[in-house]
Amino acid sequence: MHEIEMLINGRSYSGLAEARMTLADFLRHSLGLTGTHLGCEHGVCGACTVLVDGASVRSCLMLAVQAKGAIVETVEGLAATDGKLSPLQQAFQDTHGLQCGYCTPGMLMTIVELLRENAQPSEAQIRDAISGNICRCTGYQSIVEAVLLATGGKSAGRMSE
Amino acid sequence: MKPPPFEYFCPATLDEAIGLLSERENAKVLAGGQSLMAMLNLRYVFPDVLVDINNLHDLASIDVTAERIRIGAMTRQRKIEVDAALFARAPIFRSALKLVGHRQTRNRGTIGGSLCHLDPASELPLLALLLDAVVEAAGPSGRRRIPARDFIAGFMMPGIAADEIVTAIEFSPWADTHTFGFNEFARRHGDFAIASSAVHIERDSSLVIQRAAIAIGGIGSVPQRHFAGEKLLVGTSGDAGAIAAVVEACDQLEVIGDFHGGPEYRLSVARTMLRRSLHSALPGPNRPVAA
Repeated sequence: MHEIEMLINGRSYSGLAEARMTLADFLRHSLGLTGTHLGCEHGVCGACTVLVDGASVRSCLMLAVQAKGAIVETVEGLAATDGKLSPLQQAFQDTHGLQCGYCTPGMLMTIVELLRENAQPSEAQIRDAISGNICRCTGYQSIVEAVLLATGGKSAGRMSE
Repeated sequence: MKPPPFEYFCPATLDEAIGLLSERENAKVLAGGQSLMAMLNLRYVFPDVLVDINNLHDLASIDVTAERIRIGAMTRQRKIEVDAALFARAPIFRSALKLVGHRQTRNRGTIGGSLCHLDPASELPLLALLLDAVVEAAGPSGRRRIPARDFIAGFMMPGIAADEIVTAIEFSPWADTHTFGFNEFARRHGDFAIASSAVHIERDSSLVIQRAAIAIGGIGSVPQRHFAGEKLLVGTSGDAGAIAAVVEACDQLEVIGDFHGGPEYRLSVARTMLRRSLHSALPGPNRPVAA
């Protein structure tokens, strides 16, 4: 067993894990941070995307022991402590950017990384950024709309009115 | 838990890592983990020992000079994609890297890991072959340099021993005036390519092709150089007739079928990808200019 400490959303967490435990399982099962979702568990769907030391990663393709001492950001860290949604989350709600919500944590964390680099991405850049996140029910259009709404960007899409 | 149990080591030095690989049975190297972790989760592989080399920070660097480009094995794919010095001398890397998985996997995935996994459709082994790169590996008896064509020993089979670790790839940049093209077709963005093509071309001042390299990925058991096509191209101006002949000569390559389609389909896709790469490498009055 390995003792693992990490800083998650600004708070220090620690737990014990076998070497074979993925970061995703450690977050969900050991720490109870179930906001990070697991879809395919082999790196294809993107639902488990979190930020490790500022970079988006698939938490199913990383061992918890590899994140020892890392700064981790998950979807739980986006809203304010009083529950007020972040502008990006609010935009997802306003544009119906989620239906079942399964892919949403991964979508949000991927877009958080994008927006830190580029505060006003174009529609094409948004689509490219979320190409590694699979959504099955809402469709990408309203997710793209959400990012454009949150960033004051312009859309060529059908739902812009 | 998805992966089978294993013993985990995260050595701080290369020597320590090599020591573990040579002393322990059934040990596997964990680089970026973007293929190996998926294979562990699916229980395709059952290593007894995992040697995590993510602490070998010396292996993560890009050194660019006019004569030589060296990329450390643990350099993340994302870093290679955005490196300005590399882009200035070998812009094909940026075009190829955009097609390697997704941003989230490129943030972790490494060039050394990609070379050692050696999927026939993956982009980085194709570039190593295209550029006649040398793969440097370290083992118990020291370092050795392996030409990419020998390193690519067979289907997903890198030409290194079980106790060796790839430390870097090196290659000579082409003339500053070289042009290139990289194209691939996959059913979804980021999937492994059904066929991919990479082209490097040098022309003299009267636009006659002096040097050409062509590599085709995805269609065979390994990435392949299209030597016949290169020969057909050199000495021409890259006119429509020459391009047609080079594309036609793809039938000399090894082509295998899989669930994406039979050999004829894959060869046809390869030809289209090659035509596009040649067109972007050969800007002309009626052709799109290379990006």
